[in-house]
Amino acid sequence: MISFMTSMTPDAKDALAAAGLSRRDFVRRSGALIVAFSAARLAGDLGLAPGAVSAQGINGPGNPQLDAWIAIGTDGRVTAYTGKCELGQGLYTAQTQLIAEELCVPIERVTLIQCDTSMTPDQGTTSGAQSHPSNFNQSNLALAGATAREALVQMAAQRLGAPAEQLVAADGAVSVRGDASRRVAYGELIGGRTFAVTLNRNARRKPAGEWTVLGTPVPRLDIPAMATGRFEYVHNVRVPGMLHGRVVRPPALGATLTSIDEASVTGLPGVVKVVVRKNFVGVVAEKPWQADQAARQLKVVWSAGTTLPDQRTFHQHLRSQTATRDTLSVDSGDVDGTLAGAARVVRATYLHPYQMHASIGTACAVADVRGGGATIFSASQAVYPLRSTMATMLGLKPDTIRIVFRMGPGCYGVNGADTVSYDAALLSQAVGRPVRVQLTRKDEMAWENYGPAYVIEQRVGLNTDGTIACWDYEGWSLSRGGRPGYNAPGNVVTGMLAGFQPGGVQPRSPAPRPSGEYDNGNNTVPSYVTGTIGDARGGTGAIRSERVLSHVIESPFFTGPLRSPARLQNTFAHESFMDEIAATVKADPVEYRLRHLRDPRLREVLTAATRKAGWEARPSPRAGIRRSGVVSGRGVACVLYEGDNGYCTLVADVDVNQDTGLVLVKRCVVAIDCGPISNPDGLRNQVEGGLIHGISRSLREEVTWNGDRVTSIDWRTYRPWFVGDPIPVIESVLINRPDAATMGAGETSITVTAAAIGNAIFDATGARVRQLPFTPERVKAALAANRAG
Amino acid sequence: MSVFRLTVNGRAHTVDVDPATPLLYVLSDDLELRGPKFGCGLGQCGACTVIVKGEAVRSCSVPIQSVAGAEITTLEGLGSPENPHPIQEAFIDKQAAQCGFCLSGVMMTAKALLDRTPNATDAQIRQALSNVLCRCGAHVRMMAAIKQYQQERQGRRTA
Repeated sequence: MISFMTSMTPDAKDALAAAGLSRRDFVRRSGALIVAFSAARLAGDLGLAPGAVSAQGINGPGNPQLDAWIAIGTDGRVTAYTGKCELGQGLYTAQTQLIAEELCVPIERVTLIQCDTSMTPDQGTTSGAQSHPSNFNQSNLALAGATAREALVQMAAQRLGAPAEQLVAADGAVSVRGDASRRVAYGELIGGRTFAVTLNRNARRKPAGEWTVLGTPVPRLDIPAMATGRFEYVHNVRVPGMLHGRVVRPPALGATLTSIDEASVTGLPGVVKVVVRKNFVGVVAEKPWQADQAARQLKVVWSAGTTLPDQRTFHQHLRSQTATRDTLSVDSGDVDGTLAGAARVVRATYLHPYQMHASIGTACAVADVRGGGATIFSASQAVYPLRSTMATMLGLKPDTIRIVFRMGPGCYGVNGADTVSYDAALLSQAVGRPVRVQLTRKDEMAWENYGPAYVIEQRVGLNTDGTIACWDYEGWSLSRGGRPGYNAPGNVVTGMLAGFQPGGVQPRSPAPRPSGEYDNGNNTVPSYVTGTIGDARGGTGAIRSERVLSHVIESPFFTGPLRSPARLQNTFAHESFMDEIAATVKADPVEYRLRHLRDPRLREVLTAATRKAGWEARPSPRAGIRRSGVVSGRGVACVLYEGDNGYCTLVADVDVNQDTGLVLVKRCVVAIDCGPISNPDGLRNQVEGGLIHGISRSLREEVTWNGDRVTSIDWRTYRPWFVGDPIPVIESVLINRPDAATMGAGETSITVTAAAIGNAIFDATGARVRQLPFTPERVKAALAANRAG
Repeated sequence: MSVFRLTVNGRAHTVDVDPATPLLYVLSDDLELRGPKFGCGLGQCGACTVIVKGEAVRSCSVPIQSVAGAEITTLEGLGSPENPHPIQEAFIDKQAAQCGFCLSGVMMTAKALLDRTPNATDAQIRQALSNVLCRCGAHVRMMAAIKQYQQERQGRRTA
């Protein structure tokens, strides 16, 4: 049943079972830990409208008790419990390395249990590139490892009658330094018993310079099972007596249930029940194919949908709304004056589409809701929040519900994992038997929580020497629903259909003055300004006259965090615009960036990537561009992700076919600095994946709609980058900083991809494409406009 | 319902299902195999790919009645974690996966091609994979793993 338990020894299973029993006492929300992120950041990461942030935030309360994190069996095996899960990013392996390192045991002797509300601490949501910051610094899992090691050394000091300073932990035992005969194994010290201590905030982490497991390219522990078809995804969970459910979604946005003819499926083979709850409709059958047939044949009458804004003019629609929620991230108060007195003003508008997660497998869950309790196997990134909202959905108490994480297809934010968990639970509750639900491709794509569209207008005033005197950003975006968090099941489609309202947008205009601590969690503020609020400068740049104003309106579609949410859209606008300004003053794009950047680490990734790429210092576009055929160019973009969570620069070389408008990304050179590196090969894999995903989103991906419904409903109507599509040569420069804090890495390279490609297209052709994706039609239109202009 | 016999990964099975049931459903649900995955149910992404008579087949779009009696190989039929097939070994060696959900599509498609065309050019390999999806972006490593497998395979043939 449990994928990773199949590789455990019987002793470890016993230890787990024993620990699991006592663990229930520990695993409850203590609320004791302080969440170190601002409310605005949390709102962005949770995908909620501002003001709708739950107190527990993205990382959950954790747990102050060591026994909530680590148990050691009599055989010396270490079992660790984490609330941050594998999504394909390699975190299962990296966390196993972390525990092996801190506890000084071989990695084979560590078993990691991920995200199970009956066993693991509440660490909120695995998202926002927060897993490394929260579990690999002086907190949570890493702190538990260090606390446990020190506790074991203290126990050994008593047992061996030697001062702790003379003891050394290695290979799962503690011994007297220089006297290997005086040695006691962990199993003898603690095996099968609890530590009964709290996490020690001052426990000494092993310095990165002493690492032998962490920091090394340990191969992914799960890939052999994946590559041989043995790995258990949530789709493979089978429980006794399990039935199969399918949902019947409305045909259009805003459509509600008018009537349903249950007799239309009466007598079909295997059909067990038609389930209706407000606008939620599903069928349950003995076998999946029977459920498919019943869902297709069920006669349901829906009301007319809501007519959507015309897609062709959608960005104008977005730009012209007046019921907006306005936020000033920074405002030095002098921007209008600086613009009026500037030697020159440069302006440009950037457009981003709705894009979708479009995970390769449709979402699936298995739920068993019976006897006043529930067990749900789910690929949710958020088992505790899901337990909380599931309790609301099912009318049960949270502590009667167990959510067990099982990996799903690659997850880049709030895909269908939560909504399908509700689907399975509602159907199971209705039939009183376990039910497995897998969505159809169309049901998933038409009702996802999309990454929202953006309109971003940028203006700068230039000094006479060509440097930037002031930066003025004004952005428009949309929101509806998002992550359900702990209290909003209506933020995804099933919750809404079952009668819960999605989180909306509360208009607020004008925006209040910026106050509190500077926060660039959404990268709304460009890297080149000082980020001044009050007397504190939190930004990475030198421009003192700055204003960043955002407007959010209600979205017609569900929205939610999609890999690099808001940060990608904003960075596309900032880094494209910086390139345009540099071109305006005929400066080299790298030198011009450096002129306005203060942060030494951001400067270093910029110089490291360009050095590796063999960057030739000169203005863009290149000289002597041919007017037809294939031309080549290079582009650069950089970011400090979320303002504090990973530095990255990309240099992209592209070919542009000016006759067809096709863009070919030939080479990508990335420099990344995310502090001490847990696993260099894992980091490279994330950088590469982010680039390919970024190329796909830059060149192809755009949600389409018509009338009252979404028309991106399969892989022909929403076409990402397939394996056979052209891929660049990728070179990664990993800047390791053993003494720095650990930052996230999974969302950095994707954040800079679109801007670097757009800048390379400009360098090659002299034409600027300001709307994503860079389709052949848009590239050709920009080329034509450039020639005409 | 009708009774069908099929041989999967060398083992004979008998199933009693609706003749229109997609092969994928029989493999996943009746035989509880984990290799082939449901990605789209439309034959567009490749996640359900199995090999039938040497051809890469999208099992989500093939009714069981059309493959009755056939010998079918799924990803788990190639090898095991302890004894992986050379193409699996290449993917493990290159760490050519992130979520791994696409691996049946990529590996079974590449294997069928190279079994049929051992000296396939890079362009032919790309063509074969032009409708196989990996959403995590492990493309670069996957192409490297396929090339490693191709070279290893060519080495075996000439040895």
